[in-house]
Amino acid sequence: MKPTTFREISGNSTGYWALLGLLGLIIAAGLGAAWYMEHNGHWVTGMNNQIVWGMPHVFAVFLIVAASGALNVASMASVFGRTALKPLSRLSGLLAIALLAGGLMVLVLDLGHPDRLIMAMMNLNFMSIFAWNIILYNGFFVIVAVYLWTMMEKRANRYTKTAGMFAFIWRLVLTTGTGSIFGFLVARQAYDAAIMAPMFIALSFSFGLAIFMLVLFASYRWGGRPLGDYMIIRMQRLLGLFVVAALFFVVVYHLTNLYAAEHRDVEHFMLDGNNVYSGLFWVGYILLGSLVPMAIAWLSPFRASIGWITTAAVLVVAGGMAMIYVIIIGGQAYPLQLFPGKDVSSSFFDGVVNPYSPTLAETLLGIGGIGITLAIVVVGIRLLKFLPLSLEDARVDPHYKADEA
Amino acid sequence: MSDNQIDSYKRRFLGQSAAIAGAATLGGGLVLTSVARARPADQAASSANRWGLLIDTSKCASDCDECVKACEMEHGWGRGSTDEQHSRPEQKAQWMRKVTVRDRATGHETSLPMMCQHCAYPPCVDVCPTGASMKRDDGIVLVDKHRCIGCRYCMMACPYKARSFIHEDLHDQKTESPRGKGTVESCNLCVNRVDRGENPACADACPEKAILFGDLKDANSDIARRLASEPSTEIRGDLRLDLGVRYQNI
Repeated sequence: MKPTTFREISGNSTGYWALLGLLGLIIAAGLGAAWYMEHNGHWVTGMNNQIVWGMPHVFAVFLIVAASGALNVASMASVFGRTALKPLSRLSGLLAIALLAGGLMVLVLDLGHPDRLIMAMMNLNFMSIFAWNIILYNGFFVIVAVYLWTMMEKRANRYTKTAGMFAFIWRLVLTTGTGSIFGFLVARQAYDAAIMAPMFIALSFSFGLAIFMLVLFASYRWGGRPLGDYMIIRMQRLLGLFVVAALFFVVVYHLTNLYAAEHRDVEHFMLDGNNVYSGLFWVGYILLGSLVPMAIAWLSPFRASIGWITTAAVLVVAGGMAMIYVIIIGGQAYPLQLFPGKDVSSSFFDGVVNPYSPTLAETLLGIGGIGITLAIVVVGIRLLKFLPLSLEDARVDPHYKADEA
Repeated sequence: MSDNQIDSYKRRFLGQSAAIAGAATLGGGLVLTSVARARPADQAASSANRWGLLIDTSKCASDCDECVKACEMEHGWGRGSTDEQHSRPEQKAQWMRKVTVRDRATGHETSLPMMCQHCAYPPCVDVCPTGASMKRDDGIVLVDKHRCIGCRYCMMACPYKARSFIHEDLHDQKTESPRGKGTVESCNLCVNRVDRGENPACADACPEKAILFGDLKDANSDIARRLASEPSTEIRGDLRLDLGVRYQNI
């Protein structure tokens, strides 16, 4: 195994500028959508007083959860001694920051008063998990930036392990905070569960790695840099493992709820209902987002097949979005239980399943967050040395022998 | 230009950017802190009182909504305002509503008014990141609309669906009930009237006198005496939020 050489991408090709232009358009569309919603008010969205968090929150939560997961590759190298992954650590840190920035942009621009954000920063209510998250998210930027600095500055390399450990602990706490946004809500049948926090951590592992793989594969393909089977297979196996871990928590969450009579109605609604949420759960998350990627990760015909592995990563992302949609929108669509065991009705839609149809503006804002994320990565790898020149087997496989090639 | 020179420029650029970002954050904070610490004017509220309601549902007719109407007129929402023309029905604010509860086994129906229950341990106050959602010392839960950033987490947290988000610009407002686009609002127990020593509008409007307002901490008040001598219940009492609003005959 030879030492890794990191180099900025040249970024002079038409393709590079076309990609940056496309991302610029996506970001502009997202910002335009945000302005349209803020200027008119939220009546132009599909959100209402029953479904108070909509499509922007699905994108935002997905990106924020994925952000902490994207850092895992770096953590595995620095903290858990998986030195083979070390060449990928810098990209892992950059992508983590980029995903968080994209997610937060969406979250903030959907606020009723984004102009008052400084108010939130200055008047934190420490009983609120949201307030804690403001600290955790801001801290994440700083800590990962320092972590990246220790990796990229030779004189600071000796602090990389310490910074990596700190960043790893911070990211676990951060995702605990994100999961607890829902876990701490006693009012709603679908939430109010301590398992939401570890479930979100497990989901973050798979979402983050899937996005990391897509960015890595695209960068090396479009940048014309070599990527050997060794790294591809490692990513492939790791993705399978993370998908199983996430699935485990999702299964335990639902089994626990199914066991309790008080939760049977909401479980029936989520899993067996004639509604979009059951479809997204079974077809989106379970089949396409979990079982198919697991098959691709482990079955021999798919070994080192970059096309199939890319498909698996895309499916994990799509299935993950479906899962977050089910959690956020489905959890609100199911009516509040004002009088458990009794039927209620009112002029305020008590006792009925609340419908929700996202509008184009909401979706564009969410996609704008993805645009921000990718733009940060695309600009970042051109300005600084985030990407190794080569990830061919001779450079990254510790057991590589020339005659095997 | 050599690689080393480029590297040194990048280092300087990154270092200066970080310094500027840090200065902007801290500087902005220093200026805005003094603005954000402006306190509401209602400091006279005392923890010696706890204002609450006792609602006798046996007197509450299913076809009567005089209490809701009085609330709308008092605070300028629904029929009490010409605003919210763009909002769809599920987007319009409802500070108070009549709820029909039907027993699945027996078919027995009860009609009751539902609004903020003014919890002693309000989930909306706990989750609010900015402290805009607050509980006064006298137990009234309300929203500081100048501090609300419109995140709607309180709406996710409220077990009673007592809160509404405002989806559009408002113009037709009551002086004593400021409201605004992009903020959350709910029943404030007519804090404006209570501070003047009056009853909430709903209590005064009920033709059957089914809504009794008073100080739960004053053992000699009508509400405290009735609560001590008659059975009453809290909605979702299992959540143990210690509600300021109690019901009878549900």
